[in-house]
Amino acid sequence: MSPATLALDELLTWATRPDCGAVVTFSGVVRDSSSAHGNVHALEYDTSEELAEQRLHLIVDEAWRRWPDLGAVAVHHRTGLVALSEATVVVVVASPHRDEAFAAAKYCIDTLKVSVPMWKREHFLGGSAWSSEAVPLGDVVER
Amino acid sequence: MARLLLLGPARDAAGLRHDEVDGPTLDVALARAVERYGEEFARVLAISHVWVNGEAARADAPVTETDEIAVLPPVSGG
Repeated sequence: MSPATLALDELLTWATRPDCGAVVTFSGVVRDSSSAHGNVHALEYDTSEELAEQRLHLIVDEAWRRWPDLGAVAVHHRTGLVALSEATVVVVVASPHRDEAFAAAKYCIDTLKVSVPMWKREHFLGGSAWSSEAVPLGDVVER
Repeated sequence: MARLLLLGPARDAAGLRHDEVDGPTLDVALARAVERYGEEFARVLAISHVWVNGEAARADAPVTETDEIAVLPPVSGG
């Protein structure tokens, strides 16, 4: 969790290793519209970093449990205000083969979106509002 | 008094992020919070999860001054 710009290149370098033939990266970036609003120019994230990081660690642990051959897993998320087209979240997974890397990366981002206590406020032309796409907080291992 | 942590829409509904509230149990503490913050907070609380010290807790769980009650509305990370 960090208010600073996410460094995908550094994470990619960190995750790349001799025993892994696949490195999958996912970046979630700020889009200029949502299901409720157009002209979105930023997202603002509220959270308790302590509570959110607990959940992020559980997600990474669960990914390792499901795909024990993974070589590296990282999930980084921005806090505070994030401008249009900037990354809000980055997932990087390295694995000997691509199937596990794709599956684990998808698990990480899908599970983050439903199980990490974070709240997204959309800033658009003329105002701001909490995201209308929120879902009830779920557990890490249900998915 | 237990510490109260109000996040996202719960923070807006209550008008503050941190507060303190008396127990002796979680449901009593939350009822007192509703009395304090009003109808909009009650609406948000009704669709929220509530954790005590980082974990889900039963409504009749005792709460003390060392506990942190977190109100967690539906989430929208990512």
